[in-house]
Amino acid sequence: MSAHGDSKDGYDFAHPIPVPMLLSVFFALVLLTIITVAQASFDIGSLDIVVVMVIATIKAALVMAFFMHMAYDKPFNVIVFLSSFAFVALFLIFTMSDSKQTSPDFEPVIEETASMEVAATPAAADEAETSEPTAE
Amino acid sequence: MSTIEAAAENAHDAHGHDHDHPSFLAHHFDTPEQQFDSGKLGIWLFLVTEILFFSGMFCAYAIFRMLRPDVFEGCSQFLNTKLGAINTGVLLFSSLTMAWAVRCSQVKQDRGLVGMLAATLSCAMIFLGVKAIEYSHKWEMGLLPAGLYFYDPANPHPESHTNYLFMICLPFMILLGGVVAWLVVSFATKNKFHQQCAMPLTVAAACFFVGIGLGMVLESGDSERATDDHPTHVTESIEQSETMQLISTGENQVLESLATDSNTGIKSELTARQTQLETAGSAIIQEGDEIAGAIISVEENVMTQRKAGVFFSIYYCMTGVHAIHILVGIGFLVWLLVRAVRKDFNPQYFGPVDYVGLYWHLVDLIWIYLFPLLYLIR
Amino acid sequence: MSAGSIPSGDQIKDPGYPTASENYLTNSKGALTWLLTLDHKRIGVMYLIGVMTAFFSAGLLALLIRLHLFRPDGAVFTGPEANNWYNQVFTLHGAIMVFLFIIPSIPAALGNFLVPVMLGAKDVAFPRLNLSSFYLWVFGAIFFVGALMASGLDTGWTFYTPYSTTTDTSVILATSGAFILGFSSIFTGLNFIVTINTMRPPGMTWFRMPLFLWATYATSIIQVLATPVLGITLLLLIAERVMHIGIFDPEFNGDPVTFQHFFWFYSHPAVYIMILPAFGVISDLISVHSHKRIFGYRFIAYSSIAIALLGFLVWGHHMFTAGMGPMTTIIFSALTFTVSVPSAIKVFNWLATMYKGSISLTTPMCFAISFIFLFTIGGLTGLHLGTLATDMHLHDTYFVVAHFHYVMVGGTLVSFLGALFHWWPKMFGKMYSEAGGRLAAVIIFLGFNLTFLPQFVLGSRGMPRRYATYDPEFQTLHQVSTLGTLLLGVGLLVALVVLLRSLFKGERAPANPWGGATLEWQCTSPPPFYNFERPPAVGDPYDFSDIFWDTENERYVTVEPDRKIAPAEQPEPAHAEGTH
Ligand code: HEM
Ligand SMILES: [Cu+2]
Repeated sequence: MSAHGDSKDGYDFAHPIPVPMLLSVFFALVLLTIITVAQASFDIGSLDIVVVMVIATIKAALVMAFFMHMAYDKPFNVIVFLSSFAFVALFLIFTMSDSKQTSPDFEPVIEETASMEVAATPAAADEAETSEPTAE
Repeated sequence: MSTIEAAAENAHDAHGHDHDHPSFLAHHFDTPEQQFDSGKLGIWLFLVTEILFFSGMFCAYAIFRMLRPDVFEGCSQFLNTKLGAINTGVLLFSSLTMAWAVRCSQVKQDRGLVGMLAATLSCAMIFLGVKAIEYSHKWEMGLLPAGLYFYDPANPHPESHTNYLFMICLPFMILLGGVVAWLVVSFATKNKFHQQCAMPLTVAAACFFVGIGLGMVLESGDSERATDDHPTHVTESIEQSETMQLISTGENQVLESLATDSNTGIKSELTARQTQLETAGSAIIQEGDEIAGAIISVEENVMTQRKAGVFFSIYYCMTGVHAIHILVGIGFLVWLLVRAVRKDFNPQYFGPVDYVGLYWHLVDLIWIYLFPLLYLIR
Repeated sequence: MSAGSIPSGDQIKDPGYPTASENYLTNSKGALTWLLTLDHKRIGVMYLIGVMTAFFSAGLLALLIRLHLFRPDGAVFTGPEANNWYNQVFTLHGAIMVFLFIIPSIPAALGNFLVPVMLGAKDVAFPRLNLSSFYLWVFGAIFFVGALMASGLDTGWTFYTPYSTTTDTSVILATSGAFILGFSSIFTGLNFIVTINTMRPPGMTWFRMPLFLWATYATSIIQVLATPVLGITLLLLIAERVMHIGIFDPEFNGDPVTFQHFFWFYSHPAVYIMILPAFGVISDLISVHSHKRIFGYRFIAYSSIAIALLGFLVWGHHMFTAGMGPMTTIIFSALTFTVSVPSAIKVFNWLATMYKGSISLTTPMCFAISFIFLFTIGGLTGLHLGTLATDMHLHDTYFVVAHFHYVMVGGTLVSFLGALFHWWPKMFGKMYSEAGGRLAAVIIFLGFNLTFLPQFVLGSRGMPRRYATYDPEFQTLHQVSTLGTLLLGVGLLVALVVLLRSLFKGERAPANPWGGATLEWQCTSPPPFYNFERPPAVGDPYDFSDIFWDTENERYVTVEPDRKIAPAEQPEPAHAEGTH
């Protein structure tokens, strides 16, 4: 209730966002979309994902702050929502870092070359015959 | 400013006669604000669950992109950036109209509310229309989840026996037919309320086909340049394609027989070991000199069932679940629209519009990330 | 406080008994008024019936498992399919117990009944959502039964890939069931968080809430944060089976360890969904039946939240041998130790509460004391398992089976029973036979230990879990365990008989049979359908100084010198600002 503390009798609590603000947020979002698409045609190597994610996050922040009224919402609601990202980060970081550590051991499990493909699947006996000569 | 005053005025209006419970206030709440705050916290919590729900797929995405960046780069070429960008714009616009709709409900602009909800609905339909073009095109090419994948670089556009686009469109045609019928009936019976509901819904339902048209135009404009030769890096290894074809046809049968053959208990243990042995055995042989060429081409060729297939699995999971959310959102928007026509909302009771709005923005938010992560990989 | 004469001259407060038209059980009649009710108390009772049915059926399956293990080569299932039968039975036992019983037991069944009453609210924030949670539970249960009917399920409750993507049993039905149950659980949690945040009456500050509410709040946080990940995991598993998406399936270059990460990101926090409400129950039970203020209220309250949050950091301890990277295993092992700290804090606080209290060894207190014993053993053995080196030896043995049964049965089930006996008079307005209840508590305690203590020994000697047959050297211990199961079953039956009998033969329960100071004891037994006519006067939930035993009427009464009653009209809604 930061922005409209005096909700008399709990009846006056609406907080309409002015139209010009809505429109300017929209145009900012469109502009950012154009920028992302445009930058995709330059090759900036591994920085690419960072740039893309930063732009997406700015867009997300705009949507959250204004379209979702977060800038005017109760702090508790904001904390609730934003904390979900902390848990997502937790999940991603642990799982990814573990995959990275272990991936040399398993990846790729099945090499996808023509002859091996056939040999790897025992049920495809008829096709296996064609690859037998190579196998022996 | 004036609008805020209007809101205040409205609030006073309501004041006189509802010191008890106004009709929109549930019995277990004391004030409309308490009711609104509860709903709002509830919807925020729900959005938290949505984020964690999607996080599973983002995690899968992150792992596979980390392990196989080349696959993601290669496969991303098959996603049409133009269509993705247009859909992004459409969704952003729908977010604008949705936020505006919330504003309308807060300042008691009933007509504006109906209009904004209708605009949001129409955008949702356009989005789905464009998606239908994207999906059907890929299905025809066989760019499917790993288990169903049959894309063949030598023959990217096989003679298709099923018209996927038609199959997707069919339910929407029926929907459009139904809404039009409703509209006609409402005019025939001169039922004002039904007319007011059916008109915006007809527009929205028709917008699906606007989306289809838009998708087709953009797709065809693109195809001359890209679609037909975008798998350039794949055609380099064209000498492989013959064998590739062999495999991809046999693949599904193999899978099915695998699934049915494997039994529980010792039998499956045996089969598993057998498979393992054979896999291992052949893997060792693969190291042999004869196949050296093949291994190199493996590095080049990412358009295989176990590489591109996984990319498309992730693509379909993410965009598919997102599309399901759009469909659910459409359901909610229709419900809101009917209530808006009924003039249910006022400055003390705009909660449902606000909550659906938050949900809708979240769907938009997820797309904001999906678009660059899937379409814009180089 | 406690037995003694009532100081004369003061005002005695006792709500008396409800009339039939007030009583929530009888205020409207007919099956439909129950099936479509929005009253949280009736929904709680329906949940109670539901989870007890689930418990009963899964309990029968457990009995089959144990009887089968009476002989090294298997005593119950015979023939060529014996092992498959065994696999299906233990899978369904585990899945039903976890998803249909333990997770909804305390939060959904008792929580639904208690949360609004304890809070002094008229209902939960979203009564219709509450009812839909219940029906989602029912649908999920139907799916599970469907899986059973179709072709069984033999993956274990963990649905590990790659086996779950290749077995020809009905994985899809069962996972859809679990998916639906997940939503039921999410909606319940969401409802409670909102209720506790926005529905508190004037005077009910965060630190005047009974600890059961704190525990429920912490549980709800986990339900909301973790359960969606289970949802998407199961959805991806279904997709994996239907069209081989290659995320988990090694056949398509997927990684089964990733599935385990996904699964345990939910399922370790889920074990705290199971135990946290039990902690809350025990905090209340210990304090009320020791007639002494809870020791370290804030520590217990905060430790619930701490457990909820720390519980998200340790899921990898289920996968030490699954092929995680060495660095990850070390980190997860270290983090596992941190989470045991808040659990230990609670145990110490309960003991300190009992110290010098005037303990009445009522049935609920008997259960609460068994809980402390059993949970301590369960939690400490968890530390053995969280230690990397020992877990290499103990993983997937009966030691793990014993560990989690000590926490889930010795912890959650025992406290569920304690809570049931504690609030039974409130829920149904009837007193049960104390002697019978205590007998049940003792038999359950003995039967439980007889069943599961030998399993620690079995496990540390190398008996692997989930096996239908075993080496004859383990026979004696297995037989002791099976006999213990029979005793445990007898104890549970006694408890059931005692409770059911009270419904017909029991005496009418007074409003406050135990001398509790929380709000639910201030309304009649059973409560009226509207809970409180006006927002109740909220006092300290653990202040027993003005509660006296009224020998004449066999009840506890509140004697009020002069306590301010909250204004009846136009109360300020207690909207929450932040957590505290
Ligand atoms: C006091 C803190 C606890 C610690 C340190 C702990 C630690 C562990 C560890 C390390 C394992 C994995 C053992 C293995 O598979 O090798 C485990 C398994 C398990 N724990 Fe705990 N635990 C604790 C409390 C609990 C509680 C409170 C519950 C439930 C109410 C619980 C339920 C389970 C279950 C169900 C499993 C086995 C899962 C399966 O593989 O089927 N634990 N615990
Ligand atoms: Cu765990």
